[in-house]
Amino acid sequence: MAHESGTGTTADAVPLVHAVNVTKAFHGNEVLKGIDMDVRRGEVVVLLGPSGSGKTTFLRCINQLETIDGGRIWVDGDLMGYEDRAGTLHHLTDKQIAAQRREIGMCFQRFNLFPHKTVLENVVEAPIQVKGVKKSEARTRALQLLEQVGLGDKPSAYPSQLSGGQQQRVAIARALAMDPKLMLFDEPTSALDPELVGEVLKVMRDLADGGMTMIVVTHEMGFAREVADRVVFMDAGVVVEEGPPANVIDNPQHARTRAFLSRMRQEEAAHAEAIVATVTGNAEALAAIAKADAESEEAAQAAIDNARDATQQR
Amino acid sequence: MTSTTQDRPGRIEARPVRHPWRWVAMVVIAVLAAMMVSSFLTNEKWNFPFAFEIMQQSPVIEGLWKGTIFGTVGAMILGIGLGVLLAVMRLSTNPVLRGVAFVYTWFFRAIPRYVLLVLLGTGIGFLYPVFDIGVPFGQQLGNLLGLESSFTFFTLDYNSISSTIWVGILGLGLSEAAYMAEIARAGILSVDKGQSEAAQALGMPPGKTMRRVVLPQAMRVIVPPTGNETIAMVKDTSLLAAVPVIVELFYQSYQFGQRSFQIMPGIVAATLWYLIVCSILMVGQSRLERYYGRGFGAIPKKTQHKLTKIGADH
Repeated sequence: MAHESGTGTTADAVPLVHAVNVTKAFHGNEVLKGIDMDVRRGEVVVLLGPSGSGKTTFLRCINQLETIDGGRIWVDGDLMGYEDRAGTLHHLTDKQIAAQRREIGMCFQRFNLFPHKTVLENVVEAPIQVKGVKKSEARTRALQLLEQVGLGDKPSAYPSQLSGGQQQRVAIARALAMDPKLMLFDEPTSALDPELVGEVLKVMRDLADGGMTMIVVTHEMGFAREVADRVVFMDAGVVVEEGPPANVIDNPQHARTRAFLSRMRQEEAAHAEAIVATVTGNAEALAAIAKADAESEEAAQAAIDNARDATQQR
Repeated sequence: MTSTTQDRPGRIEARPVRHPWRWVAMVVIAVLAAMMVSSFLTNEKWNFPFAFEIMQQSPVIEGLWKGTIFGTVGAMILGIGLGVLLAVMRLSTNPVLRGVAFVYTWFFRAIPRYVLLVLLGTGIGFLYPVFDIGVPFGQQLGNLLGLESSFTFFTLDYNSISSTIWVGILGLGLSEAAYMAEIARAGILSVDKGQSEAAQALGMPPGKTMRRVVLPQAMRVIVPPTGNETIAMVKDTSLLAAVPVIVELFYQSYQFGQRSFQIMPGIVAATLWYLIVCSILMVGQSRLERYYGRGFGAIPKKTQHKLTKIGADH
């Protein structure tokens, strides 16, 4: 829904995403415990945190794939999911919610391309069906986007014929075809083989360089450090720490952040070693790494738990 | 050729496992088949030439087209359309729609088709020779207000259609819808939740998500059992005589046999026609399966492994 967001100058001042005190529980289990977050236009925010910290849930709340129990989320001045009539909130209809989602692109961990449609059909589907764009126009734009993500030669392939990295790039093109104001990425590279991660991150980096506002849930530290304007570290449903990547990743203030980051570093190092060992065929080294990995994981998890307990007791 | 000049084992040339019981089974079947053929040829009551003649009689052909094939097509169109609608209702968030779909399925699955056809053909015509569509208690309301009008908008003389193929199609279709609803529901539930999430994230309203994304993929699961249902429906059209509709394959060929005191050729003629029609349908079914299976070629093993791993992690 096109919303009057005032003149250009105030539009720049108002954050694109404005979330206040967002809470969410699944079957009594509180996953989000009051999240506040503002994302400016053109900003790239990376959400970090251990699994179960609520970062994916928060991302899904922004485009209403999950409904929130408390708090408010505004995207570009629109209150998501509700209409405020003189102080009373009214639920929006399914159609109105669908209209709000048009402005927000999303990429999923498992790509979720439509398997019964070709790559081109996947990309043109929403513009034609939702926005009513002319077929020829949608096609031209889709081919342009596919070119942009490096898949200009694959318009007639089916998703099952593509590698994971290619599928995720198609998914990005599909989301971009709606000309979103905001892109959400939910662990876009976690389902990929290591050698395919780079091609997806490159597309995302280009997108960030082009000025797209992005919220990214990822474990890719390199991406967070180089591309993010801001890193938000979440744990157990709260924002523990946030700031520029140089501060949060390289000089974390909180014990929980430090424990998580050291674990990530160990995993990354072990991963690199494992790749080298695989390539050189060093079976003994591989076994040793696997053993060390398992031990360090336990230790790291214990460290995170300790840190969490300590902060909660305080 | 096995090579003894090298130490390393060469090409495998092993003796196959013997299957003596296959030969025994083949002999037994051959003897039984010979006995059948001999009975066909020597027992004159079979009278195959007469059966072939019955097959070509114009009342039989007319019964085949206007009763069996038209009835099957009509009943399946009604059954599939209504069945998919019921399945969508059953899965909807609206409790009224859910309840209606449940009660419908419960009722029509419990009624034998033969009984339903008698009920529609004879019973309804006995209860309501004329259908008046209008305001409930319209006649009484009209009297009460002292008006001529009985608030009837539409009148249908049921007895004029009660013995036509349309009532047969209605009965078989209503009954079929109850089974198709279950098949369609299983199909819809088989589609990964990520698919509708992806469609929603692109701004598609729920109805369009169902029509454009979920149902086409559900078809892959729906088509094979629907083929079975269609083949079963071809055979169930022989129940049309209960309506009574006598322009129908079995009734017509059986009558030929009875009138000429040659029962068996009449039954054989119908049997052969049923075999032919069902064989053609089986070919059509496998084509449809291939069409709706497009894009579902084998996913590369690596991706599949990775995906199951993620599934297990969550």
